[in-house]
Amino acid sequence: MRKNLRKDLFVISKLINDKEKILDVGCGSGNLLDFLLKTKQAICRGIEISQSGVNDCVKKGLSVIQGDANYDLDDYPDNAFSTVILSQTIQAMIFPDKVIKNLIRIGRRAIISFPNFGYWKVRKDFLIKGKMPKNDILPYEWFDTPNIHLCSCKDFQTFCKNNNIAIEKFMCLSEKGFEMKTNHFSNLLAYQVIFCVSKKKKN
Amino acid sequence: MKSLIPIDKLQIKNSIKLDSGEYIDSCEVAFKTYGTLNKKKTNAILVCHALSGDQFCSDINPITKKQGWWNILIGPGKVIDTNIFFVICSNVLGGCMGSTGPSSINPQTKTNYGLKFPVITISDMVKVQEKLVSALGIKKLFAVIGGSMGGMQTLEWATKFSNKVNVAIPIATSYRHSAQNIAFHEIGRQAIMADPVWKKGNYYKTRKGPIGGLSVARMIAHITYLSELALQRKFGRNLQNSDFFSFNFDTDFQIESYLKHQGSSFVERFDANSYLYITKAMDYFDLSVKKGGLSKVFKNSNVNFCFFSFTSDWLFPTSETKTIIKSLNSSNAMVSFVEVKTDKGHDAFLLEEPEFHATLKGFIQGQIGKHEI
Repeated sequence: MRKNLRKDLFVISKLINDKEKILDVGCGSGNLLDFLLKTKQAICRGIEISQSGVNDCVKKGLSVIQGDANYDLDDYPDNAFSTVILSQTIQAMIFPDKVIKNLIRIGRRAIISFPNFGYWKVRKDFLIKGKMPKNDILPYEWFDTPNIHLCSCKDFQTFCKNNNIAIEKFMCLSEKGFEMKTNHFSNLLAYQVIFCVSKKKKN
Repeated sequence: MKSLIPIDKLQIKNSIKLDSGEYIDSCEVAFKTYGTLNKKKTNAILVCHALSGDQFCSDINPITKKQGWWNILIGPGKVIDTNIFFVICSNVLGGCMGSTGPSSINPQTKTNYGLKFPVITISDMVKVQEKLVSALGIKKLFAVIGGSMGGMQTLEWATKFSNKVNVAIPIATSYRHSAQNIAFHEIGRQAIMADPVWKKGNYYKTRKGPIGGLSVARMIAHITYLSELALQRKFGRNLQNSDFFSFNFDTDFQIESYLKHQGSSFVERFDANSYLYITKAMDYFDLSVKKGGLSKVFKNSNVNFCFFSFTSDWLFPTSETKTIIKSLNSSNAMVSFVEVKTDKGHDAFLLEEPEFHATLKGFIQGQIGKHEI
């Protein structure tokens, strides 16, 4: 079962406790939800924009709604889930700020993963070649990319600071999908990043 | 108990209390089943028909000799596979295909009910269906499925008898009839009632009922089942019989001929009073006024929902379905939803729609895994 799971999704799955109530936003074919259902007995829900994705999900017996996270998250009540997951999707959102705020409103915490635009090879592409960066997780040409809101690890941290969002956990993945220690140079060295965030508690 | 399966009609002995407060005695339910009920009686799917439908959802309709209205979806090896499932479809209360309705004989007066028939609701229809399902010895249905008015019944089942349903599949439907929907129905009813043959519903002794009025009602309704694009694609401004205008009021355009055909073929199989009663039942339907709001009616529901809507359906637009989804989400229900892209309008649920069928098939397969059948 783990074979079907993207490496970053497996890392995310390790952050989930047993029997948690999960919403996977942009759940694709439902591989992560299916894995969490079977290994963690999680209560799983999903939102997916593509009909083919929803088809794959319902075939697995998952409850998934065809919808657009830019707009449809507004319909979910506060604190309906223990964890809301947004993996490799934030960069394609029209309103990433609104989406992030919705995630931490709907869930007690949100797990957000994205390709780090501060990665040194991304910088190299632009600096040396003078061209839009491309790699395995950013495979598109400049004209056909759905990724309209790319950010670096540092950009995301600044966003959280400015919006009263607490970073509970921060993880870095290498190009091969292995976990790396986080340090001062993470923004330069991490290929992908995973953030666990929540609303900052008022003191 | 003696098995009722080979019998097409069930007579309900106890009188049934209707939403209006009136009672209906010795009510009959005409039904048709397909496939075989398994030993544990866990493989039953109840199919709910729409306004003009009947119990003959699969195979050949023995009365019209045409294919059943959902034959495309139901049968051996099909999306609703009758090799696996036991499919039950009953004619609704108020209908005219064998179930008790305004054209039936009132046991007290020995004449046709006509307008003496009590006004019914979607909930009343479902009450009668529940009696049928119980009489077949089924404690819990694997699924209830239906489009349009059938979707309303499905929603009613999922709220009223949620403990008797594992899976609910409401298609191209809503939790209530909108003002526009009521408006179209009212025009249809007025057309019937304006027909001089109607005589306040007391026309059963005449050879033909108010077929003029009923036919107009069907023509109006039929437009609402299609989309502008589908009409344009199918008919455009094409002329029916000649290359020139007739300059009189005969049929010039193909669309006119098509609608007239829809009207005239409908009156052969449908009772005008049934049309009045059933459209009224749909107009009265509103889940949001029950038990303090839409989100309350779904609270703690264990039903697995899968909703379908169609992009070009303007009679039951996607926004209506999304309102239900919103409530279901807030009540923590297990709900899936797909909006199918099509230009075929409301009727798409009855037609060849590969994406719709693929998702439905997948959903049913997924649910087989979750519920023992």
